[in-house]
Amino acid sequence: MSLDTSKIADTNKDRPATAKKPNRAGAVAGWADDRLKLGTLTKVFARKVFPDHWSFMLGEIALWSFVVLLLTGTFLTLWFTPSMSESAYEGSYTQLRGVPMSDAYASTLHISFDVRGGLLMRQMHHWSAMLFIAAMFVHMMRTFVTGAFRKPRELNWVIGSVLLLLGILEGFAGYSLPDDLLSGTGLRIADGLVKATPVVGTYMSFFLFGGEFPGDVIIPRLYIIHVLLIPGLLLALIGAHMLLLVFHKHTQWAGPGRTEQNVVGYPMLPVYAAKAGGFFFMVFGVTALMGALLSINPIWKYGPYDPSKVTAGSQPDWYMGIAEGLLRIMPNWETHIWGITISWNVMIPGQIIPFVLFGMIIGWPFLEQWVTGDKREHHLLQRPRNAPTRTAFLAAMVTVYGLLWAAGGNDILATHFHWSLNSITYFMRVAIFVIPPIVFYVTRRWCIGLQRQDNDRLLHGYETGIIMRSAEGGYTERHLPISEASAYTLTARNRDEIHQIESDVDENGVAAPDTRVARIRAKLSRGMFADNVQKPTAEELEEARHHAEHEHELETGLDHPAAGHEFDDHQLRDAGDVPLRQH
Amino acid sequence: MTDNLPETTHDDHAGVAMQEPIPDPGLPAHEWRPTDVDPKAEKRAERQVAGLFVLAIVGAIGFIVSYIAFHVGDNPDTIGNLGASNVALGVCLAVTLLAMGAGMIQWARKLMADHEIVEMRHPASSSQEDREAAVSILQTGLEESGLGRRPLVRNTLLAAGGILGLLPVIMLRDLGPLPGDKLDHTIWDLDTWNAEMKAWWATQNRTLQRVVRDVVGTPIKVTDLEIGDLVNAEPEVLFQTNPDTQAPLVEGTDLLVDKSKAAVILHRMLPSDIVSSQTLNWSVDGIVCYSKICTHVGCPISLNERTTHHLLCPCHQSTFDLADSGRVLFGPAARALPQLELTVDEEGYLAARRDFTQPVGPSFWERG
Ligand code: HEM
Ligand code: FES
Repeated sequence: MSLDTSKIADTNKDRPATAKKPNRAGAVAGWADDRLKLGTLTKVFARKVFPDHWSFMLGEIALWSFVVLLLTGTFLTLWFTPSMSESAYEGSYTQLRGVPMSDAYASTLHISFDVRGGLLMRQMHHWSAMLFIAAMFVHMMRTFVTGAFRKPRELNWVIGSVLLLLGILEGFAGYSLPDDLLSGTGLRIADGLVKATPVVGTYMSFFLFGGEFPGDVIIPRLYIIHVLLIPGLLLALIGAHMLLLVFHKHTQWAGPGRTEQNVVGYPMLPVYAAKAGGFFFMVFGVTALMGALLSINPIWKYGPYDPSKVTAGSQPDWYMGIAEGLLRIMPNWETHIWGITISWNVMIPGQIIPFVLFGMIIGWPFLEQWVTGDKREHHLLQRPRNAPTRTAFLAAMVTVYGLLWAAGGNDILATHFHWSLNSITYFMRVAIFVIPPIVFYVTRRWCIGLQRQDNDRLLHGYETGIIMRSAEGGYTERHLPISEASAYTLTARNRDEIHQIESDVDENGVAAPDTRVARIRAKLSRGMFADNVQKPTAEELEEARHHAEHEHELETGLDHPAAGHEFDDHQLRDAGDVPLRQH
Repeated sequence: MTDNLPETTHDDHAGVAMQEPIPDPGLPAHEWRPTDVDPKAEKRAERQVAGLFVLAIVGAIGFIVSYIAFHVGDNPDTIGNLGASNVALGVCLAVTLLAMGAGMIQWARKLMADHEIVEMRHPASSSQEDREAAVSILQTGLEESGLGRRPLVRNTLLAAGGILGLLPVIMLRDLGPLPGDKLDHTIWDLDTWNAEMKAWWATQNRTLQRVVRDVVGTPIKVTDLEIGDLVNAEPEVLFQTNPDTQAPLVEGTDLLVDKSKAAVILHRMLPSDIVSSQTLNWSVDGIVCYSKICTHVGCPISLNERTTHHLLCPCHQSTFDLADSGRVLFGPAARALPQLELTVDEEGYLAARRDFTQPVGPSFWERG
């Protein structure tokens, strides 16, 4: 409203814009529109609506940290030399002068000590990599727990999952580039994982490293993967992710006026663009602050890679923690038979379980859709409590992740708390099977409890904290009805249905071929939804309200239905009184 | 089909239309912000935003000044080991970016119009007519091409496409050499040596390769090691130079490859502590020699328990018993640590009698 729009608005009147004195911007826009139909595009996109909620910023953090990665990474490429040929170091860092090392390591030292701002960019690059992956994780959890993956957004769910996987791979490739002792150790472990592949493992290892580990080609190869191949894929998939987002329009939380048929929020131009643009600078700024003040991956302290050296307590970047934990707690099973070796101890934790876990996450939406048979589009988000089984599943998965992460740091736990390393490992082997189911059960009950609470609030109102003393001397707490808007919001959800099997046998009395599947589906449906609390029906609500009003009148002696705020200091404003929002 | 959006007023998925308990009250009325109605508040917000943008300019100038003022190389350890240049540049950059971001967000929140807009949704699917049209177009295409009627053409095309897809896979063949038996031998085996190494060896008049200290390459006598000592060691050839050219016999990538298989550890214990007969037979006065490369996924092992003769891998904590043929005591490693048969050479230095009798390092399929 403070913008003076008269100059722009001028061109919208009857006079054509070009008839006036040459307006540069207008002329450029006109030129472009003649060729690109930008006007129509702008009309469609510039006022696109984006609903507002803090949790919608998680994906944005991921997006912006990817942009920061592109910017800082491109800076690093100007000096980084992806080569494993060796020479003696002659740079500014005195402790390593004269030490033979690969060009990759030497150039990373050069970036850190001889390029102004180089260390800052390296640290920002590494911090934003962590932020990128962490934000994707949390964004994915938010999408999951609110049911935002439901039709029509399943494809975006899959794209997002692939993005997370690619991000982790990209991070591992980047971590390996500087060719320091830690990155070399990471590659050594990767080589061990590859070699454990049945039949072709040895060949894969030789092809990957161009011969025996470590060879002299792995860094140049990882480099092109890191700066071209995966970023290209990421860019394309992020583009697709965004296009689908715009096409489907954003999901929103239910509320008065916010339904399955509409989307309510701020327009792309100007508010959303300004907020999102500002948010980019915030993410960038926070990364800069981290790069300035928090040391990360000080490769000069580790020294160049030497396959006969290792530092105690070496840890990969946190997002590899799950694989690390799995490797550590796996029992040492290996089969030797007919002259071959099958390394279950490496294959299962390194190549099978991570992908099984990942598959369970990607697959859940499809499982849920199959069980419910729900073919409708869903644009209103579900509160986590209203999908207790799903929420509990996520909680259990997060627990698995956390346990494996802790297991990945078992040596650190052991030295830090003076626990026995062996006991921690044995504990984890059991805990990984026992604790997640407990978490699942508890979370599920908790969600259902919250659903009950919601229904109580709907049916009996909220607890005012006001204690009433009746004529007989008994005490009761006053309950008052919640506002119509909150009541509507609480009820704006679908009822769950339990899927039933029609008949066990077909018309001839023979077990129908697909009843087994149907029975599984019915069973899952019951397991997933039967315990959920459904919102009250109109009649139940009516009755409860009637009952409450009745009591109310009796107790307070009011001769009219309570407006709702007789006992607290919330005054109802009268309609002419313009309320001010606090910011 | 044209409208597959769920109904909000009727939950008719179950087939029973059920009245929603509470009707939608509709969007709440727009509330004005202080900046919308109070010109003073508006001016204040405007100054705030401009102030933030000025701060961004100050930060950028600070960045330029720091860029000129601080050198990187000579003071990497000042200011909490971060380097003065890094901290100054980073903080200035952060101030600029954060101030710009905060300014834009503040501007949007306080001064830009804040009316929420309602946009209607449309089903993601195309309309029924479009679908039918699409199907019929595809069918026409299929018929006009005759793909269904001419299986010969179709099948040969498929075969050609398949084999074309194979070509890139074949072209990956030269990514690396075939493994052969390379993983079965290490440079402890004199037969694996190249001509240059053999020429050097011919000048030595010895038959056994010494086990020498890592980094410095000095040979080791039995008396050099005390009970409980753990020493990192390598085959001596890795430290030798060509007598004519003075160039190292093994360097660069070859050195890394050889080290990643041939690195060993020496440990001295009381001969009476030794449990297995192999370990005893392959030891010299209680000194045993094992591969340093973990049989799990290949980390170099380094952590020693002096008294128990247990060796712990720092990567995933596999523990090996040096008194008992390198047996696995704990952890994810499945195979014993390969032992190197130790002896003393003509001059009394520790030497390897032969190569490891099994491949070292991580397991692989053909290992047996
Ligand atoms: C998109 C996700 C990306 C992730 C997760 C990522 C992650 C990483 C990590 C963890 C490192 C190690 C940094 C360190 O030394 O501490 C690294 C190094 C590097 N990255 Fe990236 N990166 C990404 C994108 C890019 C892009 C797009 C480029 C270039 C166009 C790039 C160029 C580099 C270079 C040249 C290095 C080696 C220099 C060095 O280590 O200092 N990165 N990356
Ligand atoms: S590499 Fe030694 S335990 Fe895994």
